[in-house]
Amino acid sequence: MEVEKFSYDNKIVKYFAYATIIWGITGMVVGLIAALQLAFPEFFNDYLGYSFLSFGRIRPLHTNAVIFAFVGNGIFMGVYYSLQRLLKARMWSDKLSYINFWGWQFIIVCAVVTLPLGISTGKEYAELEWWIDILITVLWVVFGWNMFATILKRRVKHLYVAIWFYIATFVTVAVLHIFNSFELPVSMFKSYSAYAGVQDALVQWWYGHNAVAFFLTTPYLGLMYYFVPKAANRPVYSYRLSIIHFWALIFIYIWAGPHHLLYTSLPDWAQSLGVVFSIMLIAPSWGGMLNGLLTLRGAWDRVRDDVMLKFMVVALTCYGMVTFEGPLLSLKNVNSISHFTDWTIAHVHVGGLGWNAMFTFGMLYWLFPRIFRVKLYSKKLANQHFWIATLGVILYAVPMYIAGFMQGLMWQDFKEDGNLANPEFLETVTALEPYYMLRALGGLLFIIGAVMMFYNLIKTAKSGKLLADEPAEAVVTRNAKVEGGQYWHRAIEKRPIRFMLVSLIVILIGGMVEIIPTMIVESNVPKISAVKPYTPLELEGRDLYIKEGCYNCHSQMIRPLRFETERYGDYSKSGEFVYDHPFQWGSKRTGPDLAREGGKRSNFWHYTHMLRPKDLSTGSLMPAYTWMLENDYDTTLMPRKIRAMQTLGVPYSKGFDVKAVREMKAQAEVIAEDIVNDIISNTPKSAQKTLNKKEMINKLKTKELVAMIAYLQRLGMDTKEKTPEAAAAPADTLTK
Amino acid sequence: MLRYIKHNLTDIDGVNIYPMISLLIFVLFFIVMFTLVIRMKKTRITELSAMPLEDGSQVDLIQELDKTN
Repeated sequence: MEVEKFSYDNKIVKYFAYATIIWGITGMVVGLIAALQLAFPEFFNDYLGYSFLSFGRIRPLHTNAVIFAFVGNGIFMGVYYSLQRLLKARMWSDKLSYINFWGWQFIIVCAVVTLPLGISTGKEYAELEWWIDILITVLWVVFGWNMFATILKRRVKHLYVAIWFYIATFVTVAVLHIFNSFELPVSMFKSYSAYAGVQDALVQWWYGHNAVAFFLTTPYLGLMYYFVPKAANRPVYSYRLSIIHFWALIFIYIWAGPHHLLYTSLPDWAQSLGVVFSIMLIAPSWGGMLNGLLTLRGAWDRVRDDVMLKFMVVALTCYGMVTFEGPLLSLKNVNSISHFTDWTIAHVHVGGLGWNAMFTFGMLYWLFPRIFRVKLYSKKLANQHFWIATLGVILYAVPMYIAGFMQGLMWQDFKEDGNLANPEFLETVTALEPYYMLRALGGLLFIIGAVMMFYNLIKTAKSGKLLADEPAEAVVTRNAKVEGGQYWHRAIEKRPIRFMLVSLIVILIGGMVEIIPTMIVESNVPKISAVKPYTPLELEGRDLYIKEGCYNCHSQMIRPLRFETERYGDYSKSGEFVYDHPFQWGSKRTGPDLAREGGKRSNFWHYTHMLRPKDLSTGSLMPAYTWMLENDYDTTLMPRKIRAMQTLGVPYSKGFDVKAVREMKAQAEVIAEDIVNDIISNTPKSAQKTLNKKEMINKLKTKELVAMIAYLQRLGMDTKEKTPEAAAAPADTLTK
Repeated sequence: MLRYIKHNLTDIDGVNIYPMISLLIFVLFFIVMFTLVIRMKKTRITELSAMPLEDGSQVDLIQELDKTN
């Protein structure tokens, strides 16, 4: 048989390694800022009250940065290293490798610029605007193309299990990203989700959940199947188990999305499916974890000395904990406590910090000495990193578990007389303050550890020299005959394209069963005739609500539970959201639910509260939105927005786009006048003379704040009895 | 669980068969997978699971690193 000489590309691995470290630290620092905002809201309001630093804009930056920049680059780093070696082939095209690298970094930079500016689609973990979505698609195809071409020109016969995970990741992320990103652009910086309300929620959480499954889990499991045997220098515990692990995991995972929507307006059957499949997920997840840990059987003594193995063992343990907790959280009775609280935050951080970050650190400590051909600069420093990071995870997670549990129970608590024990939502937030401080400390420790690692790795790189092209040779066995008959799995495993198609079918089944009926069976979303489209000003206000990222702290979904209806009003029905492109149900309540906020308080209350939340609610964590009183709301895009909504099926009357701006201004004037009247009556008599009412109204009526108030006052009004204020809204917008 | 699905799809004739088919596909998927996996040959498995350990690199990094120790 012929022996071929070739080389592995280590330079691209180095590039992605630096990218994952730098973006990792950046993303964590942004997370720390967000955590500090909740721990010390006064300080941020007084000294750092900039719009681009406000929690609602920073939190999406944090989530996107750690998922797509930190873990994303981590995936590419590990895949570009292991894929070449498992296939005994250099990447098919160096050019594509570098397009993949620079393109991905460009997308991240776009995110870093647009998200703090409030350019957002308002869908969690998919906030990036339409043209960035297209860029992501292109870059993902570049990655897939390079990967498949390498697989096709491989020198070995079989595809090792790690590669199956990479293929499933590629194909599923593509499907998820494309389907969830169907949006109608209005301008360069604004688009509307093609789906509305319940359907949008279902697609979003099918995406959101599987972004966890196929971006944070499957690629890392693939990497686990490569790096753990490599580090332990022994084969994986059970290859048979890895086959079962793979197929069961990708088949079951895709169904579990609806567990993010328990007790919501999503049809019951879809919720139940989500729960059942989430429980089943324990089996493959734990199968994978045990397979990883048992690979170390007989080598546990090495864990004591090898820092890389330490990181991996903790990572696998965290993976085990988090995949046990996930199914528990999907049980309805547990979920009724945990949902919308910090429990979820604790859960994802055990996954994010414990599993993804710890595993990435392990890979980095293993890779640097190998590609730079030198010993690690300081083993001691790496060990210190390990302990400080582990402590960081604990200090992060434990306070958040307590906070989540506490808040969940406080919401549910009734007094003996049948009234809520904590009727003020704020009481359930201020009680969490000490835990928020501890959490920030945990995060800080974790970042300090990462910085120590960065220093250690740079020193390592400096003391060695990059082996950019690692010489290798291999016997070409791709087309060799197999003795003793065909091996069943080879039928697909030998043929990567067929393998991809089979995995595609396997992952599509779950998605289709859940999504298609919700889209096409009308009885799943019963219409409510009283629900009408938003007025243009309210629509503008809604866009500002999305821009400011209000959904990061406020839900718009009252669950059919007594403690919820008692606090917020009648539970939310699916028919109420039919014009919501995108839906804004939220997933976390740092502030109260707003689904029935309309008409509860005066316009003046909202005006004061938005500008100085702490004046009205002592101890509130809400940022002061002072810039909304300085900025004028946009009128130029409104006709296009109305036309876009019409395209998406919102029944505005024909030609309404032309009248929209006029109506907008009329409604704004009514609200502005109402607020100004209250401002004047709240001013001491002696000072009232100095106020010019007309001038004040003219000044106020064009401001973003007015549009926002219009939207807030509309929430839940359709299904409420009409109050005089609501009737004052221009009737023409209520079309037909 | 059947009743949830039935409730939403009752308009379709003979709809009851769908969940049964789904269940069958689901169970079969796992039965087939388990049978085939169990019947795999030991030699094949050893060969496959050794793949990460043989990367064809001509530079023995580990040894080199040990030398510098």
